[in-house]
Amino acid sequence: MVLKVFFPSCCSSAESGILIGRWISEQNSAVILAVVHFPFIPVQVKQYLSEVQQVSNISVSVLGSWSNSKQEKEESLNEFLEDLGTIFSHEPWIQISKEGDSKFWSCSTLQKHPDTHKEEEIILVYYDQRKVLLSHLHPPLDTATSAEHKADDTSKLSAIFDTVAKSKVLFTVDRYDEGPIKLTHWQSDGVEASIIVELLKQISVPACVLLTFLLSLISGICRSRVLKFWPLSFLWSKLSTCEQLGHRLQHLQVISSNKKAPNHTQLMRKANIFVSLMIDVALGILLMSWLYRKNRIGHLADTLIPAADHVAEELQDLLQWLMGAPAGLKMNRALDQVLGRFFLYHIHLWISYIHLMSPFIEMILWYVGLSACLGLTVALCILSDIIALLTFHIYCFYVYGARLYCLKIYGLSSLWRLFRGKKWNVLRQRVDSCSYDLDQLFIGTLLFTILLFLLPTTALYYLVFTLLRLLVVVVQGLIHLLVDLIDSLPLYSIILRLCRSYRLTAGVKFRVLEQEDGKPLRLLMQINPLSYGRVVQTYRLPTYSCYPKDSWVSLCKKLFLGELIYPWKHKGEKQD
Amino acid sequence: EERRYRSATGAPLWLRRRQHSASCRELAVRGPRLQLRSLSAATSAVWLAAYGLFVLCQNSMVLSAAIFITLIGLIIYLHFVKVDQESLLVIGSLGIQVTSSYASGKESTTFIEMGQVKDVVINEAIHMQKVIYYLCILLRDPDDPQGVSEVVPLFQSSKPRLDCLTEVYRSCQEILEQRKTAPQSS
Repeated sequence: MVLKVFFPSCCSSAESGILIGRWISEQNSAVILAVVHFPFIPVQVKQYLSEVQQVSNISVSVLGSWSNSKQEKEESLNEFLEDLGTIFSHEPWIQISKEGDSKFWSCSTLQKHPDTHKEEEIILVYYDQRKVLLSHLHPPLDTATSAEHKADDTSKLSAIFDTVAKSKVLFTVDRYDEGPIKLTHWQSDGVEASIIVELLKQISVPACVLLTFLLSLISGICRSRVLKFWPLSFLWSKLSTCEQLGHRLQHLQVISSNKKAPNHTQLMRKANIFVSLMIDVALGILLMSWLYRKNRIGHLADTLIPAADHVAEELQDLLQWLMGAPAGLKMNRALDQVLGRFFLYHIHLWISYIHLMSPFIEMILWYVGLSACLGLTVALCILSDIIALLTFHIYCFYVYGARLYCLKIYGLSSLWRLFRGKKWNVLRQRVDSCSYDLDQLFIGTLLFTILLFLLPTTALYYLVFTLLRLLVVVVQGLIHLLVDLIDSLPLYSIILRLCRSYRLTAGVKFRVLEQEDGKPLRLLMQINPLSYGRVVQTYRLPTYSCYPKDSWVSLCKKLFLGELIYPWKHKGEKQD
Repeated sequence: EERRYRSATGAPLWLRRRQHSASCRELAVRGPRLQLRSLSAATSAVWLAAYGLFVLCQNSMVLSAAIFITLIGLIIYLHFVKVDQESLLVIGSLGIQVTSSYASGKESTTFIEMGQVKDVVINEAIHMQKVIYYLCILLRDPDDPQGVSEVVPLFQSSKPRLDCLTEVYRSCQEILEQRKTAPQSS
């Protein structure tokens, strides 16, 4: 069988010594973690290894010997290294030797039990220890879904990544430390650290405590009974700004918890939330500074009232058009006039209210604009709410038109059944035949005729207002989609994939290095980073996203029957 | 060594085989490079059309837009569409690595471990109006030892013909045979 030796590329220039690492017998591969230099006492080495084994849960042992001779091969060193094989009994004992600056090393094994006579082929795979240590392997999507696999099905690569990741404790001591064991590994040139990271770690603990305290105060206020009275709680549930603020509050609670993140997914989630919040607040402050410069808020408030007036005028023109002969259709004059005048009066009321509010608009807008500093998402939600409030009359008209149309349709269907001599049986939920009296039939037919001939008028009003309402709904939906995008995009993961692509691994790739006859096959194992699509898919933050509640078919059916439609459903809303 | 073959559409291909060791082989299929003729033809067509539009509407934005579109289109084509070389690296007892190198130098690699590979076979497929042969790797289904969970097709953009595919198939099978004859330690 082929023997695979995984050698860290940082140990290529280490001095002679013995190799320690993990032997994975089911794959016939040896993962070398470090080189222990001469002089050492075998008993102390064994003791140290058993300590490491206890802490890290990996069976670390002495695997073989490494000789790096600058001059010609020394025979005595060879014998010494073979004798070491008898002290640290390991089957098979791997001997790697490098001469001078040659790239091609010779690798051989010593077998105690000579039942395998033929020459084993040896493959030498170089790997970058630091990158493999810091990276996180993402299994392919189909295996991730079925997580209950037998232990021997685990992939070989994850075993290697696991081995290096768990043996962190081995890398704390190196050859410059005073002690019985002198090791060479990726941190042999000193433990690296960053001043900024250390400072941030020191600051973060008191900052987290302060933040938790503030958040508990705020959530206490929010949960108080004062805000639970009926009009206020109804208002909070309808305004999307409050939902967004609650969502952000939740995020802050996740970040400010004192416990360290238990695993990789939680850590990435915390980091994503933190970066997303920072960018959101930064964009919000940018927006605010742009709005308040040159008194743009004042201009906005000044144009708001004329805009609302303009919309109301357009609606009035529309109603006048409907009251005449719209698109050449002939309406029922009386019903037309009634409905038209009713809606016109409504618009008149609406305009008067807007004009009543106009002196206060600028001040309200000024203070509401300040809340944009809480984040761009909050500003967008406020915009969506303002649109909803300004087009409230369209919503009212839609509800009136829909209810009228719905009543008409139900009346018509029920009288149509009477026309044919059938009845709807509520108990059995089906249509049964029924014998009616003559006067019941007479009145029923009369009503049916009246409703049928009034149908086009009502249908036209319903159609026009439904279209307007759908327009407003689509605009609101787009704004919410944008808010969701900002909420759920995992920015930290994307930046990590851009700058430190070895941290997020989809797999490995091998490159064949120069070969020489008689020497083992040399391969370089590099990290294959995750694609951007998979990064976003794996690390997306969960949101209270709104998505269409109904399919197209059921939406059309509801529109035809005149039922009220609320096309966007929020996760967490109870189904009605 | 390198030999010349043809693709399913008639374009010339080169197959290069290298044996790195007894259990490691590399097979690379190289297609023809981007021709200067086709590049200049496409560019001149776009620019003539843009100049015609400019003469009609006298707006110089059309010309700068045409230049912009040509540049962006060329970059996208070289980086995402034009595959220069597709190679297969078979390392017995480690796995199979499939690499596509694009004309801009980008390389996209997938490595499949030997434990997941069930077999390498030549399959037939209906592509547009033709029936073509293609080489694919069958992946083992973890739940069903006899089943196949996924089929990974190889050499998709160069589409070599059957004679080239049989060469590649023979080389792969020689290495895959070794893992059956060698004693498996479970």
